[in-house]
Amino acid sequence: MSRGRIWFEALAGATPDGEPASVLCADGTVGGGRARFLAVVPDPEARFPRARGGELGLEEGWALARRVREAAAEDGDGDRRALVAVVDVPGQPYGYREELLGLHLALASAVDAYATARLAGHPVVALVVGQAISGAFLAHGMQANRILALANPGVAVQVMSKRSTARVTRRSVDELDEIAEEVPATAYDVASFARLGALHRLIDGVEADEPDESELETVREVLAEAISSARHDSSTDLSGRLASPEARQHRGASLRVRERLAEEWSG
Amino acid sequence: MTVPARPKTRFTELSARERAATLLDPGTFRELIGPFERLESPHLEPQGVVPACDDGVVVACGDLDGERAVVLAVEGLFQGGGIGEVSGAKIAGALELALRDAERGHPVRPVLLLETGGIRLQEANLGLLAIAEIHAAIVALRSHAPVVGVVAGTVGCFGGMAIAAGLCSHVVMTREGRLGLNGPQVIEQEAGVAELDSDDRRLVWEAIGGEQRVATGVADTLVADDVAAIAGAVRTAFEAGPPAEHLSAQVELYDARLAEMDASEPLDGPTLRALWRDEGGGR
Repeated sequence: MSRGRIWFEALAGATPDGEPASVLCADGTVGGGRARFLAVVPDPEARFPRARGGELGLEEGWALARRVREAAAEDGDGDRRALVAVVDVPGQPYGYREELLGLHLALASAVDAYATARLAGHPVVALVVGQAISGAFLAHGMQANRILALANPGVAVQVMSKRSTARVTRRSVDELDEIAEEVPATAYDVASFARLGALHRLIDGVEADEPDESELETVREVLAEAISSARHDSSTDLSGRLASPEARQHRGASLRVRERLAEEWSG
Repeated sequence: MTVPARPKTRFTELSARERAATLLDPGTFRELIGPFERLESPHLEPQGVVPACDDGVVVACGDLDGERAVVLAVEGLFQGGGIGEVSGAKIAGALELALRDAERGHPVRPVLLLETGGIRLQEANLGLLAIAEIHAAIVALRSHAPVVGVVAGTVGCFGGMAIAAGLCSHVVMTREGRLGLNGPQVIEQEAGVAELDSDDRRLVWEAIGGEQRVATGVADTLVADDVAAIAGAVRTAFEAGPPAEHLSAQVELYDARLAEMDASEPLDGPTLRALWRDEGGGR
């Protein structure tokens, strides 16, 4: 069973409904408040063969958009439920048919839905429990106003699988590992990603494949805190990622560029 | 005998800086963080790559039809237009300032000139974070003013920046331009030559080229590779204002489009064009 499904079932405590089978969606509660849980999981019967291994493809992108927009429309101007993206995505499918049918637009639809929900006041929280690779993570997780991750060896955040990066850059996997020691942004482990300052919390001491009840309780508490902190934040943008002490140290150029732009902007 | 230099009228022959300048009203081009400030990527030299003094992105303020505008032009000739920390922050930061001004009642017309393979692999997760911030800014900005993307070629627009194009209010393309998530070479490498022969130009352009994208409603305006034509199309897009519904919000249309596909049957560009054309592209 995929980690996405394990954590979705444990946290949502409800049976997912709707199509396609690769997109799990159910409403539950966190810390007494309403939450909609979403996950993308492998489906060996998926209609588009290149997205059967848990990849975020055409059907998955549009389905995430549909389920997120549905929650935003139902909640209207009232109490806006939290949206929890359980992230375990190996990437996007590589296929001719996928490109023909506008794969970039399918991913954009999920980005759009999450970002629009966040701007409307839904707390959007991503919980990375496994792989968070590339376009798939951009579409399912990166628009959250709080990102959480399990500090666990199987948790990886990167822009391409290591195998593919080695082929594209014509470097060996060993060479890539050497570079990663110098340049944390190219590393795969979640501790290196945490150094870039975009994580709200890195959750220690939780077994990712078979969490017990006390570990689940730990994660529920962290989720509840993240949702509450997002709800009480006066801003609904992503600026918090650059305000962290880690970002000041490891995203110095991102901050410097913004300072200069602001100085020169009005001429 | 001297032959007078013919002024360049093909947009794709121009550098990113020239593209931004020709797009804006004459005499209004003003570059922010210009090349002489030498704000380079700090991550390339340690990996044996020579950095560029503008990191491959030009931020140009100026006017479009007398209205304030900001043009963000990616230089496809530098590292394939890959988005790193500095180049990504230039785009995201400028869009964030445009948003701030729009919220204060001073709208700015944002234009993205997209010639990019997506995230620059040497800067990996820094590029990923920057692109997520670009996406966030486009979605926020879109509710105040249209955000116009141009994919003229010759690099095309791929990866996380293709998602950014998908979020734009209006996308202008030439026949030469290509727009897709995964580039043809990456597909061939990852899925094999049987999936796609990336040297087969006809097959590639029939799927992701400008003519196909506009015919199937995945992009909005097809123009000639010509400076005046592109400048005109961008102005027309702003005059038209934001679309009633953005493409990336058309969930019902695409749910229906995908539902009617037989995923076990082979599919090619002309077949898809016949299927999708009659729907008027949804806009």
